[in-house]
Amino acid sequence: MNLDVEEVSFTYPGGVEALRDVSLTIAAGEAVAIIGENGAGKTTLVKHLNGLLKPTHGRVTIGDWDTREHSVARMAARVGFVFQNPDDQIVEQTVGDEVAFGPRRLGRAAPDALADATAALEQVELAAESKTHPYDLTTPQRKLVTLASVLAMHTPVVIFDEPTMGQDARGVALIGRIIETLKAEQRTVIIITHDIDFCATHFERVVAMANGRVLADGPAGRVLARADLLATTNVEPPQLIRLAQALGLAAAPLSVDEFIRAWTRRNEPDRRA
Amino acid sequence: MIQLTNVTYSYPRAETPALHDLSLQIPAGQFCAVIGANGAGKSTLCATLAGFVPHFYRGKLSGTAKVAGIDIAGSSLAELAGTVGLVFSNPFNQITGARFTVREEVAFGLENMGVPPAEMAPRIDEMLRFARLSEQADQSPYALSGGQQQRLAIASVLVMRPKVLVLDEPTSQLDPIGSREVFSVLRDLAATDEATVFLAEQKLEWVAAFADRVLVLHQGRLVADGPPAEILASPTLSQYGLEPTRYTQAARAALGAGFRPQHPDLPVTLEQAVEFFR
Repeated sequence: MNLDVEEVSFTYPGGVEALRDVSLTIAAGEAVAIIGENGAGKTTLVKHLNGLLKPTHGRVTIGDWDTREHSVARMAARVGFVFQNPDDQIVEQTVGDEVAFGPRRLGRAAPDALADATAALEQVELAAESKTHPYDLTTPQRKLVTLASVLAMHTPVVIFDEPTMGQDARGVALIGRIIETLKAEQRTVIIITHDIDFCATHFERVVAMANGRVLADGPAGRVLARADLLATTNVEPPQLIRLAQALGLAAAPLSVDEFIRAWTRRNEPDRRA
Repeated sequence: MIQLTNVTYSYPRAETPALHDLSLQIPAGQFCAVIGANGAGKSTLCATLAGFVPHFYRGKLSGTAKVAGIDIAGSSLAELAGTVGLVFSNPFNQITGARFTVREEVAFGLENMGVPPAEMAPRIDEMLRFARLSEQADQSPYALSGGQQQRLAIASVLVMRPKVLVLDEPTSQLDPIGSREVFSVLRDLAATDEATVFLAEQKLEWVAAFADRVLVLHQGRLVADGPPAEILASPTLSQYGLEPTRYTQAARAALGAGFRPQHPDLPVTLEQAVEFFR
């Protein structure tokens, strides 16, 4: 199902204007990363996609549902949401119950919910912790628990707010694999991230935000190469694009392989000479 | 400035030590980063240097740990507070909750140190500017975004001008350029004010670009200690659950494809990578 954000503005109680006339369409199965400085409106925008916030002006539709006409509980069947801070999300006494909570709320029978939870915990490599109290885990592990909770719900759309924050290299690689699996299943994946190298590796489309507006929206290789534009929202291009630009290569490589190809192409005439 | 001799520490009821037989010396003016996988002991080491281990977490500390000549186990947290500042990774743990505005939050430490009000105001203004929070000075700390709160937490500690500044992943919630700014301020602090800066960090690109020295912790043990260019390009890095920067990865791929560079050293920063691939 498509996600449509149509001319949305949002003002928090107290007067902070967090979104200003944002329009965005995300097609089913797209992988989209939202980047931008602290306070740009990224979290406010994604909270509109699961109905946690309703637009002050404009309209948000998830498939045929207008978010103003459906409860957050109902929206949860379509949009899974992993908060930045796992402690905003955890409610149960064991990791297994926590992960089964979502599918149970969606009305699945207890054995099915348990099976969903078990599979999701295996995916985040925490199957051994299903009887553990969530607060006996470390914060990065708790974040993986909240990720599993959302995976267990099998929603067509999943949103992760800063999924790699606090994770070490192994955790980042694990989350990368989960995102690749979701993409292969044709699910829509949306993340907010400050980790631009992670964004370059896994996301085909990038939306850069600043001051509540969309600054740029397009293919990762194009948006992430615009150093001057990104600087206005406190972001730098990923390492390999910066290196390519410093070397005067025309390419915007998103992976080591792409970088090596672009660099080899440039060197070939030299070698023949 | 920091001196650890055979330091071993176990949390209460833990079966294995979180820090195992650490010995190291960090002079004044050095910017030293500790890296390692989650659970390697980075946060515990930060907490030890600030005295939270053993004074807050209890547990069993053996060996000798000193900062600025003060024995950590033999002094109270209050005695250490004038010498060592600790910035937590989660700003929620840092903000006192006892003050109503951002300005008052930054003033809190100075008031406790008994700094005269006339001297306080310019120091606070300078810090608010550095933290890009001048416009938010009269807002509640809780009205700030995560990144702004993290800058506030750093400012509240920096304003006290500690001799030793310990930071546990201080940029985890900051946008990339915000992180770069924090790192460059920390480097200047070490270089010009002779402060010792000790920080735990996951993002190796920042460590490579700014630190003078890198320590690698693995399962509570110190397994490597040296300059960034040596430590971060080492083939052993992945054994400790760490991923080299994309610059190092690209250079390895080029070597694998038969490239023979003029400078054989593997790059860890953008500048070194440009030299390598030129």
